[in-house]
Amino acid sequence: MKLTKLLTGAAMALGLASAALADEKVKVGFVYVGPVGDGGWTFEHNEGRLAVEEEFGDKVETVYVENVAEGPDAERVMTQMALEGADLIFTTSFGYMDPTINVAKKFPKVMFEHATGYKRSDNVSTYSARFYEGRAVQGHIAGKMTKSNTVGYIASFPIPEVIRGINSAYIHAAKVNPDVQFKVVWVYTWFDPAKEADAAKALIEQGADVILQHTDSTAPQAAAQEAGGVITFGQASDMSQYAPLPRVSSIIDNWAPYYVARTKAVMDGTWESVDTWDGISTGMVKIGEISDAVPADVKAEALAMAKAIGAGEYHPFTGPLKKQDGSDWLGDGETADDGTLAGMNFYVEGVEGDIPQ
Amino acid sequence: MDLSAINPVLLIASLMVAATPLLLAAIGELVAEKAGVLNLGVEGMMIVGAISGFAISVETGSPLLGFCAAAVGGAVLSLLFVILTQYALANQVASGLALTLFGLGISSLMGQSYVGLKPPSTGEIHIPLLSDIPVIGPILFQHDPILYFGIALVAIVWALLKYSRVGLILRAVGENHDAAHALGYKVVRVRTLAILFGGACAGLGGAYISLIRVPQWTEGMTAGVGWIALALVVFASWKPWRALIGAYLFGGITVLQLNLQAAGVAIPVEYLAMSPYIITILVLVILSADKSSAPASLGRIFHASN
Repeated sequence: MKLTKLLTGAAMALGLASAALADEKVKVGFVYVGPVGDGGWTFEHNEGRLAVEEEFGDKVETVYVENVAEGPDAERVMTQMALEGADLIFTTSFGYMDPTINVAKKFPKVMFEHATGYKRSDNVSTYSARFYEGRAVQGHIAGKMTKSNTVGYIASFPIPEVIRGINSAYIHAAKVNPDVQFKVVWVYTWFDPAKEADAAKALIEQGADVILQHTDSTAPQAAAQEAGGVITFGQASDMSQYAPLPRVSSIIDNWAPYYVARTKAVMDGTWESVDTWDGISTGMVKIGEISDAVPADVKAEALAMAKAIGAGEYHPFTGPLKKQDGSDWLGDGETADDGTLAGMNFYVEGVEGDIPQ
Repeated sequence: MDLSAINPVLLIASLMVAATPLLLAAIGELVAEKAGVLNLGVEGMMIVGAISGFAISVETGSPLLGFCAAAVGGAVLSLLFVILTQYALANQVASGLALTLFGLGISSLMGQSYVGLKPPSTGEIHIPLLSDIPVIGPILFQHDPILYFGIALVAIVWALLKYSRVGLILRAVGENHDAAHALGYKVVRVRTLAILFGGACAGLGGAYISLIRVPQWTEGMTAGVGWIALALVVFASWKPWRALIGAYLFGGITVLQLNLQAAGVAIPVEYLAMSPYIITILVLVILSADKSSAPASLGRIFHASN
């Protein structure tokens, strides 16, 4: 009798102790829109998650769910994570914006971080990277390199982030090559390799010899490689497995420092709702190595532009710039403010076609 | 708008490529459903076929071996479905969903070391003389062998189902498994073979995406084609030629709308993006006005003691 009591007591003590230990661990959840092996967007977010694990070791536990559809299902996944004791949840796609806000309301003690959105609350931060800075560099190279003067652009959804990228790339391509024409195809998906490849093929068949993509997989790179004579740029991740051709450079999203800093803030109890929008200057946006397929002078110009943007000497949206309908947008030397950029819903002058509403 | 930018020859050739994975998966599922088995695991079998085919053709350098491996891979996964539904008598819907989830998981595990590799090129068959005909030649007679195989498979399945004894037995099992059993047909054996055939076809369809249409390996790269194939079988009223029409419509309009967008046609993009789904459903619904119905024993569990 005594022995069993003793054992139960010991077991209980052990249970309590381990529960207390478990409580000290900060649990960080990640919601992904694609698989971690997409080689692009989700892959880089997962690299950030791994960096958090490496940084804090035993003091942190991370969980993730991949292939979560944007919309109501995302709410279910986030709720489940919060119920399982997550202290901090990163939701890493634009379409998770409303679900994040809704779930955050129900769990005021859980901190949320939504990528690329604009809705915040006491326990919801937003963070994004100034991808358009990298797009400017890509546009410059594209304008210099295209021989058919036709640049194909695989766009995902008509949201400000994507439109910003198209505008930024177009402005800098047209600057060095006034004859350049952009063909934009909307695929309405972030991740569907077959469709992305089809879109790349359609653009190549219609004469594009440069393909820019705003989707997550490496499929357009493979399609361009198959077609030959076409250059591409890595999107979200370096995609260096397709270098030196077709991939001649890339935009790399480097989330790791941000994820580490925010996890640290939760551990220290200093977390508060913020809006972060960093670019080349802090290293959140990196320009992947420009391959030897690019002539040395073009490479030097591109690197100089990236450096100027990083140093704050040059803003990719610097006037004079007009909107597509011909109305004035920015005067000579004027730069776009973040508010306009964050909600950008118009093309700049010269881009053809309409933005789907 | 610049429609002249669209090259009709290239367009039709690439829409045939876009339709083939869907066609292969649909024709396999059609045979399984004709035998009375509802296998919702098409997506899972496709993705396993995609990685099996990719891995083997990278290792051996032979796309043909890759496609064989893809068929085997899809069939092996469907064997799991056979054990669950035909021997353990589990619910087919639940087992099929489990098969899809399992397939997606195991394929990303199998594919870990194949990300970013380039598969050997499958090459095209240039049929002598015929492929030299202008316009028609490049459209019809300059494709990879699997594309022709897909079309031939539809013809074979149609002929077998309609005119052969094997087809009659298969349909009998699908329409009324108790009667078929009473007549002495091996219901479980027939269904097992039909499921394995479905798995092999789905595997081929998956490998067509990873070896020819994209060509690369990415996790989850089938991205829902399996589900569209399932829907297609129903909308095609379980008739092989209609499945072919449906697959070509869907694949074709998907490619066509991307081309129209690139050419800057003044149709709102939203309508273009939804057009593959709407037009395919419309056409097949109109075609199925003859009220052909599902196999009567579809999805029902058979046990000889009942």
